[in-house]
Amino acid sequence: MNATWSRFNITSIVLGFAFLYLPIVLLVVFSFNESKLVTVWGGFSTKWYVSLFHNQGLMDATWVTARVAVISATVATVLGTLAALALTRYTRFKGRMLFSGMVFAPLVMPEVITGLSLLLLFVAVGLDRGFLTVTLAHITLTMCFVAVVVQSRLITFDRSLEEAAMDLGAPPVKTFFQITLPVIMPAIVSGWMLAFTLSLDDLVIASFTSGPGATTLPMKIYSQVRLGVTPEINAACTILIAVVAVGVIIASLANKRREVQRQRDEQAAQRG
Amino acid sequence: MKSLGSIRRDFAPWNDPNAKPYIQFDKVIKKFGDFTAVNNLSLTIFEREFFALLGASGCGKSTLLRMLAGFEEPTAGRILLDGQDLRGIPPYRRPVNMMFQSYALFPHMTVENNIAFGLKQDGMPKPEIAARVGEMLKLVKLEQFAKRKPHQLSGGQRQRVALARSVAKRPKVLLLDEPLGALDKKLREETQFELMDLQQSLGLTFVVVTHDQEEAMTMADRIAIIDKGEVMQVATPAEVYEAPGSRFVAGFVGNVNMFEGKIAHGEAGAASIDAGNGITIRAENAGDAATGAAVAFAIRPEKIRISSTRPAGAVNAIEGEVYDIAYLGDMTVYHVRLDDGHVVRASTMNAARITEDPLSWNDRAWVSFRPDAGVVLTR
Repeated sequence: MNATWSRFNITSIVLGFAFLYLPIVLLVVFSFNESKLVTVWGGFSTKWYVSLFHNQGLMDATWVTARVAVISATVATVLGTLAALALTRYTRFKGRMLFSGMVFAPLVMPEVITGLSLLLLFVAVGLDRGFLTVTLAHITLTMCFVAVVVQSRLITFDRSLEEAAMDLGAPPVKTFFQITLPVIMPAIVSGWMLAFTLSLDDLVIASFTSGPGATTLPMKIYSQVRLGVTPEINAACTILIAVVAVGVIIASLANKRREVQRQRDEQAAQRG
Repeated sequence: MKSLGSIRRDFAPWNDPNAKPYIQFDKVIKKFGDFTAVNNLSLTIFEREFFALLGASGCGKSTLLRMLAGFEEPTAGRILLDGQDLRGIPPYRRPVNMMFQSYALFPHMTVENNIAFGLKQDGMPKPEIAARVGEMLKLVKLEQFAKRKPHQLSGGQRQRVALARSVAKRPKVLLLDEPLGALDKKLREETQFELMDLQQSLGLTFVVVTHDQEEAMTMADRIAIIDKGEVMQVATPAEVYEAPGSRFVAGFVGNVNMFEGKIAHGEAGAASIDAGNGITIRAENAGDAATGAAVAFAIRPEKIRISSTRPAGAVNAIEGEVYDIAYLGDMTVYHVRLDDGHVVRASTMNAARITEDPLSWNDRAWVSFRPDAGVVLTR
């Protein structure tokens, strides 16, 4: 590496990172603030973390959010994978373009519209708003993201693997579970993680479709902030950031290790 | 006990009118939309035969293989295996296995599990599976690689795993789709002989699809030359090379010099061909071509002699000018431009290590050949 650190480069990097991370750093720092005033530093303390765990409202909201995210991500992954399979495998049915467009439209649909239309639907069919409706709404929201991720993997999937399995005596269903599914599993897992994250931080659609007793964490935080930001919220957000950061780091480390291992194996194979 | 070589030499069921056909394509047509991939094709393959389908890409040879494996159904016609009509039988119930061009090894399974996959589908007891897998690994000399995943293997090793996996179930017929296409030249030549030995020792029927004529010539008992979904000729490698049935086959397999002309007069199989510009070729083996018929005289480069003077007593000798010489090591190829502009290719084996080459660029030279050295083609 001969590239020298020019003053211009350093400035760009500092500015860029400041723009991205200054708000987050501020939030994390003030979560350890002794003072009750959010913008005045009163010394280091972890008391807001302690009080956070005694705040029944926040803890309930966290529990609701986690359940909604796990259930909606799982159902969306199943549906999204099936949609991706149908779209890549049966390329000759009538109206395929329309169908695939319709699956992916929610990707660019403003959330307000999705939320409002879902609300109208739930009211029309007489479904009481609550845990079920938020979960259904999140399935609708995240399914297309899963479909996109899985479809991009399926496009590069070598169909001769399935033919080989059938040729060796495996009927289609067995072929799917023993060959296709394991091979596309990494894409399905990342689709699930994407759906989980989207559900976790959704505020707009949840606000439209949630009801009493099913307040999600983002809704709770938002409503508390309207009454005034407390350091407790900062602490809650810091924990959220930590959870997400740890997840991302573990995923990318695992990915990197697999990649390095693979390269090493391939080199060894070429030599041997 | 007979050696493998002598079995192979005596093996010619296609000449035996009582031999039972093993695989039969009976007037098979396959259309993809408006495109006809296989056009009213009939073909017979015998048990234990090493049969090659040779053709350029897109000629329909792979479609034939895929129909035999059950991935495609014929639009019309029948395919019979050992007397049984295969129509409607899905790939997983056909007693044939295929080795794929891409190898199609299951990336998430070890070499062992790849080979065991087909055996497990049959519900074979575990100890038997283990024994068969061990046997297969030994056969392809990959015992120490049993626990590896496909991406940890080299190209040649992957090819052998694919082969072991496809023969593990002892299929009635093994289909090979361009089995050596992804290997480099040296490895390809070695593997050709390994495949032949394997076919002999297992006693299986092999149907191989290839676009490489050398590969087909080396391995196959018989070759079917396919063009535009039709069979052009089915014959042994030697027949295909020495007695091609048409201009297409003569031109497709090996190098050939083609003289187009008319039969000036023919008597008892021999003929004089007027090839224009004062060139008359005396040919034997002219078959039943009638006087005046438009024919081609096809002759292979190695059957043409090249000399600086007209050889004494030569029946066919034509004068021209050397305009290109390619030294290939084992042989030298001369391109001679005849006075009418026609270019003739003649090759000479370099039997001695150092020879004084009497011919050089732009020298006048004579090309000569015996009347029985070429074939007269009417089609």
